[in-house]
Amino acid sequence: MPFNWDLVWSSFGPIIAGAVTGTIPLTLASFAFGLALALLVALMRLSRNAVMSGAARFYVSVIRGTPLLVQLFVIFYGLPSLGVKLDPWPSAIIAFSLNIGGYAAEVIRAAILSVPKGQWEAGHTIGMSRGQSLRRIILPQAARVSVPPLSNTFISLVKDTSLASLILVTELFRNAQQIAAFSQEFMVLYLEAALVYWVICLALSSGQSVLEKRLDRYVAH
Amino acid sequence: MSPTSQSAGQPAGAGSPQPKPVLSVRNLAKAFGSNVVLRDIDLDVRRGNVVALIGPSGSGKTTVLRSLNGLETPDAGTVTFADTATGKDLSLDFSSRVAKKDISDLRDRSAMVFQHYNLFPHMTVLQNVIEGPVQVQKRKRAEAVAEAEKLLARVGLADKRDAYPFELSGGQQQRVGIVRALALKPQLLLFDEPTSALDPELVGDVLGVIQELAEEGWTMVIVTHELAFARQVADEVIFMDGGVVVERGPAAEVLRAPRQERTRQFVKRLLHEF
Repeated sequence: MPFNWDLVWSSFGPIIAGAVTGTIPLTLASFAFGLALALLVALMRLSRNAVMSGAARFYVSVIRGTPLLVQLFVIFYGLPSLGVKLDPWPSAIIAFSLNIGGYAAEVIRAAILSVPKGQWEAGHTIGMSRGQSLRRIILPQAARVSVPPLSNTFISLVKDTSLASLILVTELFRNAQQIAAFSQEFMVLYLEAALVYWVICLALSSGQSVLEKRLDRYVAH
Repeated sequence: MSPTSQSAGQPAGAGSPQPKPVLSVRNLAKAFGSNVVLRDIDLDVRRGNVVALIGPSGSGKTTVLRSLNGLETPDAGTVTFADTATGKDLSLDFSSRVAKKDISDLRDRSAMVFQHYNLFPHMTVLQNVIEGPVQVQKRKRAEAVAEAEKLLARVGLADKRDAYPFELSGGQQQRVGIVRALALKPQLLLFDEPTSALDPELVGDVLGVIQELAEEGWTMVIVTHELAFARQVADEVIFMDGGVVVERGPAAEVLRAPRQERTRQFVKRLLHEF
């Protein structure tokens, strides 16, 4: 059987379209919501209030202790039995955001703790409140420390969004699957999908290097 | 540069009658569990005076200093700041729960210079200095910058204004630390072993700056191991050991002719190092 080059070229279109209209916006939205949630959860865990830190600890434990696919299914297929019916897109964004919220919370918590106590004290002595010190002094320094691990989380998320194909979100992998089923060229289509994921992740890695360099300008090398 | 607004009409010279102390501490006490770190500490600082706290490590001197800035919360005792402008003193009684607002008022009256500088590494020298005036005191940025530049020039760091702390030597970083404190225009400057982390050849620069501030009439409390320096700049020296004040008095007396055996041993041991 001759290799089907026509199929290769014609299928790249829908696969890339799936990346642009599905994978990438899903990743960006989930990561943005997830990070905001993670910061909140990290601060709750660091709080002296036992109820707050307990709730945060419980949340992180549930998210990290259950498979992402199961979380997706609970929200999309499970919630309707409680009368909550969500479309594929909102379900996917909620599930991925909650997931990132749990994982990134631990990264952010560790990054905040890595800033020396003397920095809080210096903020205090120039008259800052805790919130002000956090915003102006601590978080900018924690950001530098958390870029490598958060980039990891981000890159994982790009690939994890392929799971959304299982709750009917039209994205990169779902388009590849459909063409594969139709043409029966599984190897070709799945390798194409893999290649597009890889290219996206390569771009993100180089973005990470640029960001790290920028944030490293104030440390000795 | 000089604390003019507060010292107006109140010359700090030795000849004037002793005014009410700007800061008085009474019966300060603190313990961590069963470990008593401070017991019945009294302290008076008059305007324009320099008080040096000396003593072996673990004697509690740093804890006293940090209590004055709200970085430690004592278990008991009072800290009172005289307010010459309004006549309304700020008084904190640590025997009962102290309000957050009072702690923040206390902190606003003094500024701390740390042993390890604690500069903000992600900000340039200039940003470090104007952060408090602009972000906290809400002063105009241009005004704060002009003032910061003047202060930096005074300590010989005008050309470092856009450098990051990691690009500076320890002595330069500590001078920035001092300028950051001065920029807040506090009534009281607190120094926590300001030269202990410095290479020996850099100590002189920093001590020189502090001595100039003393001569200008700044009110200061300094925790230090530099006894020769304390003898030069301090009006009063307080020797602490084991969380209590063992001996206090004019610098020359305490350091040259200590009455207590513990002070004598301490002074002898430290002076041997020179």
